Amino acid sequence: MTPLLDRKLVFVTGKGGTGKTTVASALALLAASRGKRVLICEVDAKGELAGYYEAPPTGFKEKEVQPGLFAMTMDTESSMREYLKLQLHIPVVGRIGPVAKAFDFLAAAAPGVREILTVGKLCWEVRDNGWDMVVVDSPATGHIVGQLAAPQAVNGLVRVGLIRNQTDWMLDMLSDPAITGLLAVCTPEEMPVTETIELAARVREETTVQLAGVVVNRVLPELFGRNEEEVFDALAGPGPLEELDGLVGGDAAPVLEAARLAVTMRRTRSTHLERLREGIDPQVPLLYLPYLFAKSHGLRTTRQVAGSLGEELGL
Amino acid sequence: MAARSAGGRKGDGAQAPKPTMDSLLATKEIVVACGPGGVGKTTTAAAAALMAAVNHGSKVLVLTVDPAKRLADALGLDGIGNTEHRVPDSAFASAGVKPRGELWAAMLDTKESWDSLIRQHAPDEQTRDEILANPLYQNIAGRFIQSHDYIAMERLYEIHSAGEYDLIVVDTPPTRNALDFLDAPERLADFFSSRLLRWLIVPYRSKLINVATKPFYQISDRILGTEFMGDISEFFILFQTMYDGFVERSKAVGRLLSDRRTTFVVVSTLEATPLREAEFFAEQLTDRKLHLGAIVLNKVLPDYLQGRAGAKVAEVMKDRAEELAGELAPAIGSAAPGLGDPAQIARVLTEVADSYLNFQVVALREMEERASLGVVPDVLATVPFFDTDIYDLGGLLRLGEQIWG
Repeated sequence: MTPLLDRKLVFVTGKGGTGKTTVASALALLAASRGKRVLICEVDAKGELAGYYEAPPTGFKEKEVQPGLFAMTMDTESSMREYLKLQLHIPVVGRIGPVAKAFDFLAAAAPGVREILTVGKLCWEVRDNGWDMVVVDSPATGHIVGQLAAPQAVNGLVRVGLIRNQTDWMLDMLSDPAITGLLAVCTPEEMPVTETIELAARVREETTVQLAGVVVNRVLPELFGRNEEEVFDALAGPGPLEELDGLVGGDAAPVLEAARLAVTMRRTRSTHLERLREGIDPQVPLLYLPYLFAKSHGLRTTRQVAGSLGEELGL
Repeated sequence: MAARSAGGRKGDGAQAPKPTMDSLLATKEIVVACGPGGVGKTTTAAAAALMAAVNHGSKVLVLTVDPAKRLADALGLDGIGNTEHRVPDSAFASAGVKPRGELWAAMLDTKESWDSLIRQHAPDEQTRDEILANPLYQNIAGRFIQSHDYIAMERLYEIHSAGEYDLIVVDTPPTRNALDFLDAPERLADFFSSRLLRWLIVPYRSKLINVATKPFYQISDRILGTEFMGDISEFFILFQTMYDGFVERSKAVGRLLSDRRTTFVVVSTLEATPLREAEFFAEQLTDRKLHLGAIVLNKVLPDYLQGRAGAKVAEVMKDRAEELAGELAPAIGSAAPGLGDPAQIARVLTEVADSYLNFQVVALREMEERASLGVVPDVLATVPFFDTDIYDLGGLLRLGEQIWG
């Protein structure tokens, strides 16, 4: 399988709350720190991406947010204008508002049109603008398949016309696992793992894009080694605990209780990890990122995650 | 009522009782659970419905969008179709409760719901069949994102109108924007009444192209091909026959959402990003004069992680681990023979202390987030971090008791 950082177009998806944007921003930062010229694009636009680099808000025109790393926010209307102008050589849209509006309307009505404008813009950036890597902070798991399958869907609906000519080369690019890959982000919890397994199946059946890896985010540390949990249990027993209270001059019970919680949480989660490993093609690498006991989001967190991601990728 | 007169007799100022989830669910007919993804929205909706069925002796339906497999099994949902199922008494018995009312559950099947809507509104059989067979329709019903938002509210309206249930708790689909489903009825009405739509249809019907629309058709034909434009226009012409029914219906759905019998419960965790989204959503509800009944904060770390005293103990445990281990070794050795190795005890003490201090960072951040919450609803419920997943009625009850008040 082509290593993640050698691919030119990486879509990052995940269930809400799993840290999709964190992972996408860290992946882009990691690639840029290794000397690549990288574009990161926010598609599921909530305008949060810039915050992961402590940068001012991004727009459709890319801006450098870190050395060698540029960020942009997808906007289907701008994308359509650019597309008509540069790809279809129809330079009229700027002047006639109603036509742009009508297309927006059409995009809302005809499935696949909006998606094709998004995917098309990204493919075009890869092909014509000389990026070493384009990282896409994509829609959540429920919506990504529709986006990646848009070129086929449009091919099914539109049999002739300029769009049809365009979707063919897009499909070639998306189908090439040496160029394009999907990175799914999940946490070791029931629903995210279930959704990731379902996503892997749908991506295989409904799209031509290869699943390049699954990031398992927020993995809790293993507290105890061999026999140590027995030691902990003994320590939490009435005699030793009372002695510990006296030795430290305070109530140690909450501290032990917290450790108990951490151990149980990790144990519950490990069953989901096993389920994930069984449910995903063994060829697809799983990349584990530790739970971050950090104060907040921002560039510092992005850097830490990029560091962990680099280690997992063996860099 | 009873509580108020009791307060009056005591003569303590006759304060109205503080609303709880209990009183909220006793007075409302529709509860819409909403909020960002990944915060336990589905589970919270199911737990609230369960509590109402157990405590209120009413017939309660939970209409859910995408439950976890095991939760769906617990609710007796086999994962297909729109049918409403009653959660069997045996499931309650194994959770150790005897409900006063009935709990029903249904899942939302978008495609099936759209089809049934078309059947209902189509003026005749031919139109109905043509729409159902139209490739554009099939795409819209199956995949079109906004169609989920609309259909969830539409189903809610349909079930409520049938008058079968005392309370309906509905879980909203995961959307890019949590507000989408609120706008969906209106957007759909706009969509079908749009001038652009008529614009789009006319030339393919009458072949009359005027000066203003000519460039549009030239471009669209060039880009999409005449055939596809024909498909689109056929679809909309067919849909026009149902226009009045749809607009009427979507307006009724909108009215139902703002009815005083409907309340909204915003679900979130105390992580910064979901909480900001939930807060924004709560503000929007208020702006639209919709009833914000409660905010439920899920997966909150326990209070014992916050104390400065705990942190101090953890620091001592860490700094003096070896010395403490030496002191504790005999007691541990006698409690559990063979485990009295001081080096190993020291490692355990260090790990335990580190873990406490790590989780305290997160717990304090959560506390700060909660304090900064800008919207204050009638009911603010906090649910602790359960150390296991919730996948049966017993688990739902544990969660439900936390939000019940």
